[in-house]
Order: sequence, then structure tokens, then C-alpha cells
Amino acid sequence: MGTYFSFPDLLIWLPMVAGLLCFLPALRSQSKNLSLLFSLCILGVSIASLFFTNDGKYLTYNHVSYIWLKYLGANYYIGLDGVGRSLTLLTAIVFPMIIGSNFKKEISNTHSFYGLLMFSQAGLMGVFMAMDALSFYFFWELALVPVYFLASRWGGEKAIASTFKFFVYTFAGSLLMLVGIIYIYLHTGGRTFEDGTIAPHSFSLSAFYQATLSTVEQTWLFILFFIAFAIKMPIFPFHTWQPDAYDQSSTPVTMVMSAVMVKMGLLGVYRWLIPMFGQADHMLYHIAILLSVIGIVYASCLAMVQDNIKKLVAYSSIAHIGLMSAALFSMKKIGVQGVFLQMFNHGINIVGIWIVVEIIERKTGIKKIAELGGLAKKAPALTIFLVIISFANIALPLTNAFPGEFMLFSGLYQYNPWLAMVAGLGVILSAVYTLNMVQKVFYGTIKDSTSAVSDIEMHEKLVLSFIILIIFTAGVYPQPLIDLTKSSTDQFFTIIK
Amino acid sequence: MNAIIISAIWGVLLMFSGAFLKNKSIPKYLALFGAVLALSSTCLEMKTGHSFFSFPVFDMIKTDAFNLLFIDVIFFIMVIYFLLNADEISKVGQHVAEYYALIFFILSGIAIAATFNTLLMLFIGIEIISIPLYILTGSDKRNLKSNEAALKYFLMGAFSTGIMLMGIALVYGGNPNASFYIDKIDMGHGQMPVFIAMGLVFMLVSMSFKVSAAPFHFWTPDVYDGAPTVFTSFMSTVVKAAGFFAFLRLFENAFGSMHNQWQTMVAWITFATLMIGNITAVFQQSVKRMLAYSSIAQAGFMMLAVFALNVKAKEGILLYTAAYSLATIGIFGVLSKMQDYTIDGFNGLGKTKPLMALAATIFLLSLTGIPLTAGFQSKFFLLISAVENGNHIWLVIAAVLFAAISAYYYFRIIQAMYFKSPESEEQIVYPVSIGHTFMLLVIATLILVIGIYPELVIGWMYR
Repeated sequence: MGTYFSFPDLLIWLPMVAGLLCFLPALRSQSKNLSLLFSLCILGVSIASLFFTNDGKYLTYNHVSYIWLKYLGANYYIGLDGVGRSLTLLTAIVFPMIIGSNFKKEISNTHSFYGLLMFSQAGLMGVFMAMDALSFYFFWELALVPVYFLASRWGGEKAIASTFKFFVYTFAGSLLMLVGIIYIYLHTGGRTFEDGTIAPHSFSLSAFYQATLSTVEQTWLFILFFIAFAIKMPIFPFHTWQPDAYDQSSTPVTMVMSAVMVKMGLLGVYRWLIPMFGQADHMLYHIAILLSVIGIVYASCLAMVQDNIKKLVAYSSIAHIGLMSAALFSMKKIGVQGVFLQMFNHGINIVGIWIVVEIIERKTGIKKIAELGGLAKKAPALTIFLVIISFANIALPLTNAFPGEFMLFSGLYQYNPWLAMVAGLGVILSAVYTLNMVQKVFYGTIKDSTSAVSDIEMHEKLVLSFIILIIFTAGVYPQPLIDLTKSSTDQFFTIIK
Repeated sequence: MNAIIISAIWGVLLMFSGAFLKNKSIPKYLALFGAVLALSSTCLEMKTGHSFFSFPVFDMIKTDAFNLLFIDVIFFIMVIYFLLNADEISKVGQHVAEYYALIFFILSGIAIAATFNTLLMLFIGIEIISIPLYILTGSDKRNLKSNEAALKYFLMGAFSTGIMLMGIALVYGGNPNASFYIDKIDMGHGQMPVFIAMGLVFMLVSMSFKVSAAPFHFWTPDVYDGAPTVFTSFMSTVVKAAGFFAFLRLFENAFGSMHNQWQTMVAWITFATLMIGNITAVFQQSVKRMLAYSSIAQAGFMMLAVFALNVKAKEGILLYTAAYSLATIGIFGVLSKMQDYTIDGFNGLGKTKPLMALAATIFLLSLTGIPLTAGFQSKFFLLISAVENGNHIWLVIAAVLFAAISAYYYFRIIQAMYFKSPESEEQIVYPVSIGHTFMLLVIATLILVIGIYPELVIGWMYR
């Protein structure tokens, strides 16, 4: 290859090595520090990769390709493109925040917890960078397995059942996708490897884009892939695993799921589904958008009546993801750009919310909104942070979610104004339930449960301030994030033309 | 050829070693040596194309890269099996040398069934496999369940043998111009003559019985449950794989030209096997019985190879043999150390025996078919072969959905090991030697290596 290192390699191997080190008996006691250190290094690498964009001479720093399965025609191929860069950056930012905000928390079997956490980061990084269908499928499943163990082992009392539901849902979905991958693979042209061997078919992304498929075939394959991605995002009616899983998992794991894992589904739609099946029956696109919009309204309504604070956030996340998915499937330029922007911002905001929820739950031991109240007097600093993050959740101007949501709605409006209006209900409702939650939890009378609460500590302030910083910076000046994914947007629209 | 002769000689040798040598541990080393010898001589035969033993077999046995590789895989697994299970085999009863002798006779039969070129040799191979198996099933003589299982297996097995013989007679008799050899048998491409069709159905039924495909699977749970655990692990892996290999070889060579006429029948057998195996396994409480049903479910997946009958199917069956056998031998190796064979018996194993639990987790993930394990690659290859075949895509969709169901029962053990704590303070496992744990980890590593790079196994076909 000529170069001695490349960013994709580092982004996968650093967390992998960190995970392995955590399991070494000699380093077990240090696993927390170790994973924090490594996750900061990964963040550094990820930021550095932003300066080595794909134009010309840096190409080899951004793409790694080895011959993997010669007789099948599969390469191990990972690379960074615009969206990949933005999502790996999100992953790299989120993980140190997760570890940092839980730094003082007592976790049983610390080393396995942090080891698995780092493994899940490796898997997620792989999904965002995979450019070969088989590599993609591998990482897709590998991200799932550590998260499954994390969620079950360190979850609430019903965690085993709810996490298993999550696992089986996603596993079934991804197996259907595997059938789809195989079917397309068998309709691709041959592949010649660097060393001269010729395989009859190919798993490479470009070969998948060029596969010869009839309209009927594309329609069926669209459905197979759509189910897999819809379960992951999740889109109505495939979302039923999500509230339980979020509620029962311990909060660090919920953060991984909600901030990063759900983006796997959106990335799948952007990189695999839409470019491959441009000829599919167009009705399917309409149905996908319709389902997403139904999901927005449905989840927002459910969020309003939730008494469990974790489930409230879970449903609000379904609504946000639904909007992104609707904009992505409507394939309008501004909407798609908004999706890429919002994927990043949503990840940051939801981590902020979860940190606050986690602090509340840890200090009071209660998840029920009705039993909480008056926290503002006891924990003023926490309240300030939560209010700002809540504004971001509602997408008020000046916060990072505003430009993204604006673009999403413009895209959806270009597709169909009426639908955009229905989806707009979601924004109004989100204001209702978010502010309602803020009011009930932080204001009002002090209850028994909240009377002994103290304010937050330094490391928590640090992480939360960092989030607030991103919220405002990206809210006032989102251009760098849009530029980051611009090449991907352009490429996306040249392919689907 | 080497493998057939060496294992036959070794069988006799081991039988006499039991009679003349007082030292009980000699058979175990002898057996290990025999397996290594057969493995290396088969490798040599693959490389040079010559066998140590040459006498006229009149083409009744034919070797090629594919079936020699299969024999290699089998003997490699046997080496692992002996290394892991030597102590367990000597715990079954008094006549240790005889058990090893019987195993080697079975291996000889497997080598014949893998290389047969006439239906006669197929019959002989299958019978050499079956008869010692009846004895091994009943080898725990004082256990009523073991006796019952042996008798049941024998009666049903004898019945299916009769059916197979009838099938062979019909195929040969109904087609008087046909060659004796299956690679030249030429059934023609037109409508099947009625005798051949009947013969084919009879052969299909009896082979389905041998590999425990539904609806001919009823013996499997009882026999696997009743037999001593070490021998269950042998029966459900190596022997079953050999059955499938013979099945595939028979239908590819003899009936391949009429593929489209019997494919639908095989598709339904595959579907029924997948459904019955997976659905019933969900309701089991005993891990041993659950593994028996899961072996039916896995057989359903292997049936996809017979259904598809192409190059990927061959590669897939090789990978499946390796992947499924390693994982199953491993999980039975864990199970044999458990005090309690129910799923609750595994509660808290992750804390008391972390390494053993880690290995067991990898075996179970492999059986489920999670990427990075050999189990995924084998399922993946068979799915490719089935999709490539082009007919009955619904079967492929059904197969993956059943694979998702299989996660349910395999993960119950993982959940028990890591997320639940034992009810009593008592030890949940028998004492485990370091060597045993080490071997389990070796198997787990092999599973991961094959899972990452499956061409390690199938690549030999093309060298």
C-alpha cells in the first residue's frame, strides 16, 4: 500500500486492542482508565482524519483493502467517506462522554463491562466504514453481540427478556438482509483481484450498485433490506423492541444504542438500500415515508402519556429518527443533507439527555416522573444543563438541532407539503412532552424522593458543558458539518440518477 | 483408500490391545496415534494421488480432492475428539479398548461411504457405520435408558436399511442398461421410469433416516438422549456429517441429471426438518435433549446442500462438517462436566468457570451462526448455494427465519451462564482438568479462525 498507517485501521484496531487489554488479568483493575485513555486517542485519530480528505494524495490514508475470500470475491474493505467521517466522529465523541459521565459509578465486573464497550465501538466503527457487503454484514452483527451482553448483564430486572427481544428482532432482520446480499451477489459481474485471481462474483459496493436486477427483483430485495434497517432504526411498526430495551439497559448501554447504533439503520439506507434499488417499485418509497411519518406522530403521542422518564426519551428518539428516515427516503437534496447533519446532532443531544436522566435515576433511584419534583432547588446546575439540552431536543433556534430539522422539513415539504405538516405535529408534540417533563421533574414541590439530592459533580459538569458547547457551536455555525458530508451527498445523487 | 485400510487395521489392533494389555491407558494413546496416522496418510494421498495400499477395487471406490478433503476433515475432528474426550470414554464402562475399536470401525465405514462409487459400496459403508453405533449407544449397560435407546435405534435402523436395499434393487433392476458405477449410471433426462422413481424415493427415505431428517427423525431425540454423552457427541457430529456426505454424493452422481424432478420433494423434507427441529428444541428443558433437537435443526440446514447440488453446496457441506462438529463436540465436552443437565444447571457458570463459559459461548454463537464464527461461514455458503440454485427461494427465507428462532434456545444457555446465579451453593461442575479447559479453548479458537478465514478448509479443494 505504501503507507504505514491508515485512519480506518486505527479506528477499528484501537478500540479492539483496548477491549482485549481490558480482559488481561494484569490490567483488569485499570480497565476504566485504560478505556478512557484509548477512547480519547480514538477521538484524536478521528479528528485528525478530518484534515486528510479524500482528494488525491491522501486516498491511501482513508481506504484499506485486503483480499479476504478469494473464491467468493470478497475483500476486507473499509474506507472513510463524508458520511463515514461524520459518523465515526460521532462515535468517537460519544464514547469518551459515556465513559467520562459514568466515571464514578460502581459497576460490577468492571473489566468485562469496559472491554465489551470497546468491542462494540470497534464493531460500530466497522459498520460506518465498510465498503464491501460481506465486511459490512460482519461488522453489522459484531456491533450487536457485545451490546447484547452489555445490556443483559448490567440491565434491570427484566433486562434478559427485553434485551433478547431486541437481539432476536435485529438478528432476524439482518438474516433477511443476508439473503438479499447473497441474491445481489449472485447477480454481480466477476471480480479480478490485485494478484490476478478471478472470482465469479463480487461483494464490492460498486459491483452491488451495478448488479443487473429487474424491477420485480429490486422490489423484493428492497423489502428484505428495508426490514433489516427499519428494525435497527427503528421505524414504526418495527419499533416495539426499543422502549423496553432502552428502559431496561443500564444507561451507558442505552447511550450506545440510541446515540450510535440507531444510525446504523440510517447509514444502511443511505449507503446500501437507496443506491442499489433505484428501479424498485416507487410505491415502496412512499410506503417507507408514510411509515416514518406515522411513527413520528405515534411515538410523540406515546411519549406524552409516558410516566417513565426513560421510555419518554425512547419514544422521543423514535420520533426524531422517523423524521430523518422520512427525509432520506424522500430523496430531496436539502433533506438528505439535513439527515447527515441531524444524525450527528441527534447523537450528541440524546447522550446529553441520557446523562441527565442517569444522574436523576442514580440520585433518587426513581424513573417515574410523577414521583419526582423540585429538583431545580436541589440541583441548580443540573437544571441549567437539562433545560438547554431539552431546548435542543425540541430544536429551538440557536441549538444544533434547529438547522438540521429545518433542512429535514424543507426536504419533506418538497416531497409533499401535507405530509410535512403532519410530521410537523411531531415538533409541537415534542415541545409538549419535553417541557412537561422538565416542569414536573425540576419544578414544583420537593417530594420525599428528591429531598436529599445533591448537585452534580465536576466530571459530570465537564461532560455536560462539552455537550452544551457542541450544541451551541453547531447551532450557530453548522456549515463545517454540512461541508463534511457534502461529497457524500453529491455522490449519492449522482448514483441514484 | 489409506483411511479405509488404516482405520480397519486399527480397529482390529485396538480390539486385541484390550484383550492382551492390562494397562488401561494404552488404548487411548493408540487411538490418538491411529487418528493422526490416518489423517497424515490421507493428506499425503491428496498431495501425491497415490495410496500406500494398492489392490484392485475395480473402481468401486473412487477418490478425488473433494472426498479426500472430507476424510481429512473427519480425521482432524477425530484427533480433537480423542484429545478432549479420552477421559470421558474411559468412564463409560469397563471395556475401553472395545469402544475405541468400534469407533475405528465406524471411521472405516465413513471413509467407504465418502468414496463409494457403486451403490453396493454405499450400502456396505452405511452398514459398517450403523452396526457399531448400535453397540456404542447401548454401551452404558446398566443404564436402562441406554439399553432402550440401543434397541430402538437398532430396530428402526434395521428397518431403514431394508428400505435402502429395496431402493438399490429397484434402481439397478429398473434400469437394465445402466452401468454399475454411479458416475456412469446415466439415468437420462426425460421422465423418470417408475422403478427408478420408486428406487429414488426409497433411497431418499432411508438416507433421510440416517441423517435424521424429518419426518424420519423420531429415533433421534431418544437415542441421543439415551446414549452416553461422549458417544452422542460422536454420533451427532462426525457420523451425521458422513451421512450427509454420502447423501450428497449419491444424489449428485446418481440422480443429478433428474435434479428438477425430485428437488421439490427434498425442499419439503428440508422445510419439515428445519421446522420440527427448531420448534421442538425451543421447548426442551434438558440441554442434552435440546442439543438432540438442535442437531435435527442443523440437519435441516445441511439438507440445503442436497437441495441445491452445486459447487457451493460441496464447499458448504465441508465447512458445515468442520464448523458444526467442532462446536457440537465442544458443547458436549462442556456438558459432560455438568452436574445437572438441565438449562438451569448452567446457572452461574460464567462466574465459577469463566474460561469454560467463554468457550461454551463461542460454541453456541457458532451454532447460532453469528459472524466471526465458523458456524456463520458454513450457513453462509449453504445459503449461497441454495440461492444460486434459483428455485424455491421461499425455502431460503424460511431457513434464515428458523435460524433466528434457533438463537432462542442456544441463547438460553448463554443467559443461564452469565445473567443468572445458581440456586444453591453447591458446585455445579465436576472437577475439570486444565487440559480439558485448554482443549475447549483450542476448539473455540479453531472455530474463530475458520470463521474469519474459511478458505483454510475449502481452499485445499483447489490446490
